[in-house]
Amino acid sequence: MLKDITIGQYFPGTSLIHKLDPRVKIVVTALFIASLFFISKFYPYIFIVLFIAAVIKTAKLPVKFILKGLRPLMFIILITFAINLFMTKGEVLFELGPLTVTKEGLRQSVFMALRLVFLITGTSLLTLTTSPIALTDGIERLLSPFKKIGLPAHELAMMMTIALRFIPTLLEETDKIMKAQMARGADFESGNILNRARNLVPLLVPLFINAFRRADDLATAMEARCYRGGDGRTRLNELSFKNMDYVVLTGMTAFFGILIATRYLG
Amino acid sequence: MIIEIKNLSYVYNPGTPFEKKALDDVSLGIEEGEFIGLIGHTGSGKSTLVQHLNGLMKPTSGEIIIAGDSLSDKSTKLKNIRQKVGLVFQYPEHQLFEETIYKDIAFGPKNLGLPQEEVDERVRHAMELVGLDFEELKDRSPFELSGGQKRRVAIAGVVAMKPKVLVLDEPTAGLDPKGRDDILDEIRTLYEKENITIILVSHSMEDIARLVNRIFVMHRGRLSMDGSPREIFGRSDELEGMGLGIPQITKFMKKFKASGHDVKDDVLTIEEAKAEILKYLRGKKDA
Amino acid sequence: MNEDIMIKIENVSYEYSSYIDESIQLAVKDLSLEVKRGEFLAVLGHNGSGKSTLAKMINGLILPSNGNVFVNGINTRDEERIWDIRSTAGMVFQNPDNQIVATIVEEDVAFGPENLGIPPAEIRRRVDDALEVVEMSEYKRHAPHLLSGGQKQRVAIAGILAMEPDCIIFDEPTAMLDPVGRQEVLDTVKKLNKEKNKTIILITHFMDEAVEADRILVLNEGESVMLGAPNDIFRKVDLLKSLGLDVPQVTELVYELNKEGYDFRDDILSVEELVDIL
Repeated sequence: MLKDITIGQYFPGTSLIHKLDPRVKIVVTALFIASLFFISKFYPYIFIVLFIAAVIKTAKLPVKFILKGLRPLMFIILITFAINLFMTKGEVLFELGPLTVTKEGLRQSVFMALRLVFLITGTSLLTLTTSPIALTDGIERLLSPFKKIGLPAHELAMMMTIALRFIPTLLEETDKIMKAQMARGADFESGNILNRARNLVPLLVPLFINAFRRADDLATAMEARCYRGGDGRTRLNELSFKNMDYVVLTGMTAFFGILIATRYLG
Repeated sequence: MIIEIKNLSYVYNPGTPFEKKALDDVSLGIEEGEFIGLIGHTGSGKSTLVQHLNGLMKPTSGEIIIAGDSLSDKSTKLKNIRQKVGLVFQYPEHQLFEETIYKDIAFGPKNLGLPQEEVDERVRHAMELVGLDFEELKDRSPFELSGGQKRRVAIAGVVAMKPKVLVLDEPTAGLDPKGRDDILDEIRTLYEKENITIILVSHSMEDIARLVNRIFVMHRGRLSMDGSPREIFGRSDELEGMGLGIPQITKFMKKFKASGHDVKDDVLTIEEAKAEILKYLRGKKDA
Repeated sequence: MNEDIMIKIENVSYEYSSYIDESIQLAVKDLSLEVKRGEFLAVLGHNGSGKSTLAKMINGLILPSNGNVFVNGINTRDEERIWDIRSTAGMVFQNPDNQIVATIVEEDVAFGPENLGIPPAEIRRRVDDALEVVEMSEYKRHAPHLLSGGQKQRVAIAGILAMEPDCIIFDEPTAMLDPVGRQEVLDTVKKLNKEKNKTIILITHFMDEAVEADRILVLNEGESVMLGAPNDIFRKVDLLKSLGLDVPQVTELVYELNKEGYDFRDDILSVEELVDIL
């Protein structure tokens, strides 16, 4: 039941995109997002669409997945559209009762809605083509220069890995506890918000206790395997740049650099 | 018949690449007062079957009738079914959550909407049945207790609902030999004193042989055998083919008989084996 | 210290304060023991007998209140060398899930060597070898939460093997497994002892696991009650039962027959042996 939720929604594959170093992908995604905020005209969006299409095609991603990622956020997209449509001042096109639609409003709402759609799509491209472990490794490596100023990059990455590892296990545990309490007549479905919150106690208390016990056991097991923090640790699969990574990184930096520049040029 | 199952099938994740038929056309009938043992390798469908008995899972097809109420009938209240069929999961101590043992055991009866005096009586009685001292423990936190005792509190929590059928999924999992013996003794006492129907799911053939009067064997989602312990454990080759064993003592008697000695081999316990071997040895002496 | 002795436990006691009334209790009382290199020692005892506490003192996860524990001559109190101890004396725990750290099998097996700063190429070799030994090579890139209990435990064992320890301590490794899983783990334990010459300490309350050992230590209330070969230990049916332990059914049958005046060999442990003597 609950374990059907796929966190991070990784879509495995062996495409060029999948094989890229996660750091490259993270940086490119960051550039993508930045460019979206700089772009102020419609025509650069053509290139954004081409970029997204190229990634989808190369990585052999099913378009269904991309659209699925948009669904939960449809509401926000519509609200953004509506607010911009009705709140922007300018040359009035027509009126709908108390609400006015202006030419500027029309342009603005479409523009903003598109920006949102591209933002969401772009981030899901990252998570679809990069496994959670690769993402964690990538983030850790990117953040490690900041260790010098006290950022616990390794510890953060370790926390993320362990969390990812235990999500399915804890979901299973939640399922078991829910069923056990339901067998004793517990009701997790009916009642108002307050009732339902109170009814969660028989689920949350055992779940927390269980999680703490696991954490304790795991810490002991890690200690027994000589874990003592990040210093001196090596990795089985060290991240290293290959030629393609350099090519993509340089190419994409140029690409998005130009797109950003469109704000200031013609 | 207290439980009647007709052509029950259950499929996990239908229509996805993870589709799995966990139960395949299972039909059986259980009379009131039986003590059933449910055995089968991991993945044979035991857990799935058992969770259908109290409506936690709904069949993909087929019908389940508990004490005359069909579960497919819209008017059947699940709460009533869950009172009639009490289910104790594996490692039930993981469900404890209240501040005191009293409150935790009272959780079930309270959910049934019973008045305070009735709830109180149920908690006392349940604690007595599982061998927990009411006065000493009622106000203690369940988390202070040892593993075996916590388990008893969890079982008491289900027993307090006064179910007609009590299903126990591996009640001895993780316990040491003494803990195991204690829990099984309590289950037997419960059976004898409270006139309750019991379904015991277990991997231990020795435990099953000792307690039950009927065995269901599950294999790959199907009910493959249904009979008395003597019948079932007599079919050791078939059981082995399904990845199941028989009690060590039964295995010994079979081997002994097979090497040419004249003994009964449908033995279930050490006491029976002792009697048979003594008879054999004395017979040999006289010959 | 004698080269032959892998682990030396010298008059060890462990104190803790009771959760309920805060009095001082002893989980282990003045225990002494020597474990030889390559030996397979089983430690039997009911829950609460002190066996887990003893296990954790061997690789220095906890320190004795009194007495000393030496692993390969190194005292577990030596803070500088505790990591040497833990890489020499690995430990596999009871809960298969709560030992696995990573999201894929080979990454988890690599965890130990990574902590030791081993170069990547060497880690790769160790991970592959370890997974071979426990027969889990085909699951190298699988997610651990989809494995069975027995498979998870074997991955945990591989994780310890990859650290190339001389000794492995198993703290009730099969307590949460089904019969198939138990067999898988036990076969692996035996293989590690017989084929890879690892010193094995197996903490358990299952008799049928202890019968495979070279020696058995029976603990009760933190004290050593018996120490000897399986044949010698299991014949003492009354004593074992009074300690809350079990004996194999066939052993008990012989014991019962002998009560009736017969005089059969009382160190029978298996079905085959019993068929033979009767």
